[in-house]
Amino acid sequence: MSLARREFLRNTALLSGGLVLAIHLPGCSKPQSVMPGGNLDANAWLKIGADNSITFLCGRSEMGQGVYTALPMLIAEELGVAVSRIKVEFAPAGEAYTNNLLGSQITGGSTSVRDAWEKLRKAGAQARVMLVGAAAEAWGVPANTCRVEEDGTIVSPHGKRFTFGDVAGAASKRPVPEDVPLRDPNEFKVIGTATKRLDTPAKVDGSAQYGIDVRLPDMLYAALAQPPTLGGKLVSFDDSAAKSMPGFKAAVKTASGVAVVADSWWRARKARDALKIRWEPGPNATLSNAAIFGGLERASRQEGKVARQEGDVASALKAAHRTITREYRLPLLAHATLEPQNCTADVRADRCDIYVPTQLQLIAQSTAAQAAGLKPEQVNVHTTFLGGGFGRRLDVDFIPAAVEASKAVGKPVKLLWTREDDTTHDTYRPPAFDTVTAGFDRDGRLTAFRLHLVGPSVTARLFPAAVEKTIDPFAIEAAANYPYDVPNILVDYVQHEIGIDVGYVRSVSHALNCFVVESFMDELAHESKKDPVEFRMGLLAKQPRYREVLRLATQEARYGSPPKGRTHGVAVMEGYGTYMAQVAEISLEGGKVKVHRIVCAVDCGQVVNPDTVVAQVESGIVFGLTSTLWGDIDVRNGRVQQTNFDTYRLLRMQEMPRIDTYLVDSREAPGGIGEPATALVAPAICNAIHVATGRRLRSLPLARHKLAWRST
Amino acid sequence: MITLNVNNRDVQVDVESDTPLLWVLRDTLGLTGTKYGCGMALCGACTVHLDGVPTRSCVTPVSAAADRKITTIEGLSPDRSHPVQQAWIELDVPQCGYCQSGQIMAAAALLEQKPRPTDKDIDQALSGNICRCGTYQRIRAAIHRAAELLTPRATQSS
Repeated sequence: MSLARREFLRNTALLSGGLVLAIHLPGCSKPQSVMPGGNLDANAWLKIGADNSITFLCGRSEMGQGVYTALPMLIAEELGVAVSRIKVEFAPAGEAYTNNLLGSQITGGSTSVRDAWEKLRKAGAQARVMLVGAAAEAWGVPANTCRVEEDGTIVSPHGKRFTFGDVAGAASKRPVPEDVPLRDPNEFKVIGTATKRLDTPAKVDGSAQYGIDVRLPDMLYAALAQPPTLGGKLVSFDDSAAKSMPGFKAAVKTASGVAVVADSWWRARKARDALKIRWEPGPNATLSNAAIFGGLERASRQEGKVARQEGDVASALKAAHRTITREYRLPLLAHATLEPQNCTADVRADRCDIYVPTQLQLIAQSTAAQAAGLKPEQVNVHTTFLGGGFGRRLDVDFIPAAVEASKAVGKPVKLLWTREDDTTHDTYRPPAFDTVTAGFDRDGRLTAFRLHLVGPSVTARLFPAAVEKTIDPFAIEAAANYPYDVPNILVDYVQHEIGIDVGYVRSVSHALNCFVVESFMDELAHESKKDPVEFRMGLLAKQPRYREVLRLATQEARYGSPPKGRTHGVAVMEGYGTYMAQVAEISLEGGKVKVHRIVCAVDCGQVVNPDTVVAQVESGIVFGLTSTLWGDIDVRNGRVQQTNFDTYRLLRMQEMPRIDTYLVDSREAPGGIGEPATALVAPAICNAIHVATGRRLRSLPLARHKLAWRST
Repeated sequence: MITLNVNNRDVQVDVESDTPLLWVLRDTLGLTGTKYGCGMALCGACTVHLDGVPTRSCVTPVSAAADRKITTIEGLSPDRSHPVQQAWIELDVPQCGYCQSGQIMAAAALLEQKPRPTDKDIDQALSGNICRCGTYQRIRAAIHRAAELLTPRATQSS
């Protein structure tokens, strides 16, 4: 060790004590100065340890979409190290982790990379400038003559070396630079390169910790009995039979039902099933799908809130040579995360810890606090890996009962829903009853487009303040941004509640509205006796990014020349800042639709991890394919009829089509990629079905039309 | 007391004999790599090997597993070196990852039976394993890759 280095270490050790550099990124103010010593972990995004560790505190939840890798890639790019040098930990609940695009600590809306794009690169750059500055000062050389190697070593122009850990303490004394230059995209070394997921090793040996895997000393297990009728209430329960069962500890009345606590989950579940419970069915005692859709249809006679208005649709339709009106319906859907809902709570007199697969930590925190009778700051949220999210874990309905049960028995309690609990007590995707009208002039030009959307609002339930005075932005996606060049456009939305809770489901209203818009555009092409792609291209002259993905997808799919016996259907959409086109290739086998291949062209701007982008497109397509084929929640007398994967089918290996994904090279700002692909699948397939059969499907799923292919 | 052989280790468990093996592995033995998804042998997340045969532990009473060799994901290899795990890493198969223990155990059992499985073999052997993230395309590719790792072709000439 050089004299200089020993001096330096001694000095920094004397001066800084903590020897840690922490970069903070408060959600809504400028970066705070570094805080050496004291509560270093609080709200930090990035920590450099004296032990030369680099830790990224991931404020977003990893549910398969790849934030655990993509976000550290942004840091690594500017910090100058290899991604593999960065250790990832899930951040606690904190305002500092606010997603600026959504206003809270939320993982959703395909926003994680878009929100992090500037701020995490900046955090990496700030840390690098401070670390290099400290090293340069110790060496007495200008900082710009030093370089960083990808293992986290700083090298002087004379070949002297410090690790990040050596200078972390000294760096923490330096001011946080406000204006740090960020790398030119043409010089990216990490961003845009296929990078191995950091979470893969733990996901191939069973060591990844999901919520269901949490184990605490002295922990008990709980199963929950919930009202079989959605919106029902507990009247009374008799646990005398359960009490004599092995391992039984307690039956706890909670706000959402009766939590039965035992020394293993299986025993808790058996004891739960032995309870004698009287439920009051509540307001949904006679609710059925027929009543839900009847209500939506009646509501469609109302005028809605305007989402988009250009020109004068009413006059244009009156003056039109020909008008076409069609009605589309979409069913309720379940999320069906493979990991059922669960929460582990440890309530003490003055604090509560919850271990939970959640997509929104701050609301999980306040929800647990309320259930525990504590203040939010007394609740520590430990986010685990999520066994699927898809929006289900933007709800917190599974948290309070765990907290209440732990509080009642005075021990940590892991509460786990059964699959049947999960399917019958979901927050379902909103159903829709939409009317769409077009007007053509005498020359066959499309002069008017009116889209009248009707459905319940998720946002009005979850974030009522956000939509008090405005239209629900998550009800009008892929509708208000109707891209086709038509002089008179009106898109409006009638919010109509249906008596049961609806939730955000992957692709949210894009999946509803893209089905309507892109199916209807195909109808209009057919009415105009034009090829559907040519028809769309003719109306997309001012939309180069739409045109390019449509061109690329149709080229790669050999659109127009499908293999013998097969047909093609297309759809195109912008959602989450990403432009996408899909071509579905199908055939009919024994009168049933078989999907052979889906080609997807994607322009999601600057790509961070190309392999993850492709994976998310494949994932989104499978999600959309499942709902297109079978997705259908049936409510009878207020009870959901589907219970497990025999009645709520998910796509299986032998039903998997080939998926080919093509990325457009782009330097535009990143778009979201976790969700958009889901939305295009149904219209692309239904448009291909029309080519094959002449049948136009205006409702889903295909199983309802006896068209769903089923492998033997 | 029931004696089980789990990952080449004998253990005694004090549970009701009708308790599904899944919950004995997870709650009694702390082997949480094996997952609960449906409880009805519909999703495959709970797949383990019983004497080498892929088995849904969620519907297997623990009594039926006594005196048999039980292998879980934790016992497939000590260091992720099983060819299936290697191929899974190489192709970055998992997304949320929740189903992958079951997928890997099903794939490993298939390769024991058929070192060079066809696509049809894969369809049949993996049809009981649901992946809600839709990683099927990569699972298929990774099984073919694992087959190569397991039994490299003698020659690669054309």
